[in-house]
Amino acid sequence: METVTLTIKNQPGLYLEADSITPDAFAGKKAEEIAALPVYVGREEHRLGDFFEVSGKAGATPEETKIIVNGDLSRVKYIGMKMTAGEVVVNGNADMYVGAWMQGGRITVNGNVDAFAGTGMKGGELLIKGNAGNYLGAAYRGDWRGMTGGKIVVSGNAGSDLGTFMNGGEIIVGGDVDVHVATHAEGGKIVIKGNAKSRLGGQMVEGEIYVFGTIDVMMPGFAYRKDVDIEVDGTKGRFALYEGDLGERHRKRKGQAIYGKLYQRVEA
Amino acid sequence: MAEYLIKNGFVFDPVLGIKGDATDIAIKDGKIVETTAIRSPKIIDATGKTVLAGGVDVHAHVAGPKVNIGRNFRPEDKLFTYKPGRGIERMQGGFSVPTVIRTGYNYARMGYTTVMEAAMPPLYARHTHEEMRDTPILDQGAFPVFGNNWFVLEYLKNHEIENTVAYIAWLLRATKGYAVKVVNPGGTEAWAWGLNCENIHDPVPYFDITPAQIVKGLIEANEYLGLPHSMHVHANNLGNPGNYTTTLDTFKLSEGIKPNSKFGRDQVMHHTHVQFHSYGGDSWANVESKAKEIMDYVNSHDNITIDMGQVTLDETTTMTADGPFEHHLTELNHLKWANADVELETGSGVVPYIYSPSIKVCAIQWCIGLELALLAKDPMRVFMTTDHPNAGPFIRYPRIMKWLMSREAREQQFDAFKHKDKVIDATNLAGIDRELDLYEIAQMTRAGPAKALGLAHMYGGLAPGLDADVAVFDFNPNEPYAPDDIEKAFGNARHLFKTGVQVISDHEVVSNGNKRTLWVNARVNENPQVMRDVKEKFLRYYTVTLNNYEVTGHHYLPNPYVIEVDATE
Repeated sequence: METVTLTIKNQPGLYLEADSITPDAFAGKKAEEIAALPVYVGREEHRLGDFFEVSGKAGATPEETKIIVNGDLSRVKYIGMKMTAGEVVVNGNADMYVGAWMQGGRITVNGNVDAFAGTGMKGGELLIKGNAGNYLGAAYRGDWRGMTGGKIVVSGNAGSDLGTFMNGGEIIVGGDVDVHVATHAEGGKIVIKGNAKSRLGGQMVEGEIYVFGTIDVMMPGFAYRKDVDIEVDGTKGRFALYEGDLGERHRKRKGQAIYGKLYQRVEA
Repeated sequence: MAEYLIKNGFVFDPVLGIKGDATDIAIKDGKIVETTAIRSPKIIDATGKTVLAGGVDVHAHVAGPKVNIGRNFRPEDKLFTYKPGRGIERMQGGFSVPTVIRTGYNYARMGYTTVMEAAMPPLYARHTHEEMRDTPILDQGAFPVFGNNWFVLEYLKNHEIENTVAYIAWLLRATKGYAVKVVNPGGTEAWAWGLNCENIHDPVPYFDITPAQIVKGLIEANEYLGLPHSMHVHANNLGNPGNYTTTLDTFKLSEGIKPNSKFGRDQVMHHTHVQFHSYGGDSWANVESKAKEIMDYVNSHDNITIDMGQVTLDETTTMTADGPFEHHLTELNHLKWANADVELETGSGVVPYIYSPSIKVCAIQWCIGLELALLAKDPMRVFMTTDHPNAGPFIRYPRIMKWLMSREAREQQFDAFKHKDKVIDATNLAGIDRELDLYEIAQMTRAGPAKALGLAHMYGGLAPGLDADVAVFDFNPNEPYAPDDIEKAFGNARHLFKTGVQVISDHEVVSNGNKRTLWVNARVNENPQVMRDVKEKFLRYYTVTLNNYEVTGHHYLPNPYVIEVDATE
């Protein structure tokens, strides 16, 4: 695997839209060619090399390409957008849409990310060592087709509206989350190892939510069914199982309605 | 203005009766002229290319509040579709509900120069005109909706045709409207009561009038006025299995009525997006094509015209003033729904929809639309539309041309259907060999709609004296071609002239044109009762005053084109 290292040298005055920072766009290119890829500040087109020092070279294919991005990237959007393979390591905080619509490969962020990370994700792995902003693994605004595959792991906390319209895949949050979890979900799995606030599973039709800590306010559309002993992401424990959202229409399998499932740990 | 000579192209023009002969077309001062009338023209070499008049779209939803609801509640429709401004072109975005800027450019790229907005809620006429004003290149007009309007319901219930006529004339002037549009007559008003009118004899709650009375009364009023276009109807019971009987019943309301118009049209009823109205069966499980029954009627009655409403098998945004239908649709596909009520006048709904080739019903709908066009005996009365964006976005017109012109292209699509055999069983299309030629396409997209709109004196042909709306396409009809070559060539005009101004040159947009807004100023005898009724209703019911209602001034119509109609006695 070949490695390309990008180090930010000029901070953009506004925000940099850099959806060209992907193994797919870099594959088969030398440093000078990578530096010539387009990036945008508002309506102005610039070169990637105007903002980043580029060294190394890319592999022949996305699979054989690793990208390391260094520096303060808190004004850089769309890192790893739509990537299909390869690896991206971000050493610093990144702005919105990290790994949005990604289909494969792996992104590791050694820092925090802003909103919309993993939006519409279809596959691959997105590892965030710090905190995530709002709309983690959510659908794009207005769309009813959210995350369908892949795995997002956040070591710290996540903001509000994670997994909106989720249809598949997995989101694991090591810390706490803000309001609105798996709103409108029709599949997928969300694990919250810390505490949650309120509005978990609103208008949820299918899928699973696991909460290890407290829930401030439970949705009225969820009903307690029973306690179950299960293992979640390597942790065994007893969980209270709730089903909902009872206010929604639900698909049936063999005459039985399928509900969204919300598990809250009652004892370790 | 510049003179142009478009030399030696293969011209297809129903107005001149030219069927592909190499012909020179001369342009001077915004008009087509005899080739002897120009002195030092700029020469456009069209050798080996196809030359058509500018396209005329009789029915599309491209401006106004419900289009904007679609834009607002579908940000995902714009995702990854933005194109930054470049040269003369302004920034564009959107797919099924594009920005007005993209609307203008995309029509122009297909060689279209005139597009009618098919449903303008009178209360929001100002908004509709602002959007049309900002749509580059195209000449446009808008049809105010009358079929659920309280004034109309009350006058027609009391058989007061003269009052109906006076109200229509007033409203056309107040809204700068072009024609009388009717959407689900009575049904949208019934929807405000949570009900619908499912056939033409189903009475409207409170008003106690039937859809049949509304349609017939509005045809009579339209002919009393002698408007350029006929009454333009979207009948009751749209989109339901078995609805073709309602459609035939609606057609029959035109029987015995003769056109009274100095604008050259022959029809008294235009029925729009007939594909949505040609279903047999009694459920979605056994829905089948009744296009043959529908076209048997259309072919044998020359006082009606129709347009297709062709399903294009895309993800799109449905929007109509037929409020109850959109509620029905969201119950079917469980996608998001917007609903609006427009006070005393109309309503609307908006729902995204995916016409999937894997779904049997969608494939049947696709067949029905094409059957309507392919079973047409007179292509001057059957027009190409997608009821944009309801059955698909208008940018698919070149693809529809491909399907109409090539049996091979239709077979390719049949092979791509998941339920091919069931679809063939439920439709007639697989047994139809007909392949339309470019002359017939020109009838369905140019000369026919121009005539039906009462605009044959301006648009739809290449005869001297008509507006110089001329498109040149990279298509040689005399050489072998693959079906996809049709779609490619007619989706990307090489040159386009709009009223004598070259707006596309070598596939590049080079001018934002000289866009006009058409409206009809119908003069009638003074009618104090109607004016008193208008004042009273505004005082009692409307949330706005008359001063905030009428469309006046340069802001809304910077370049108006007024068509005068005199119905005074």
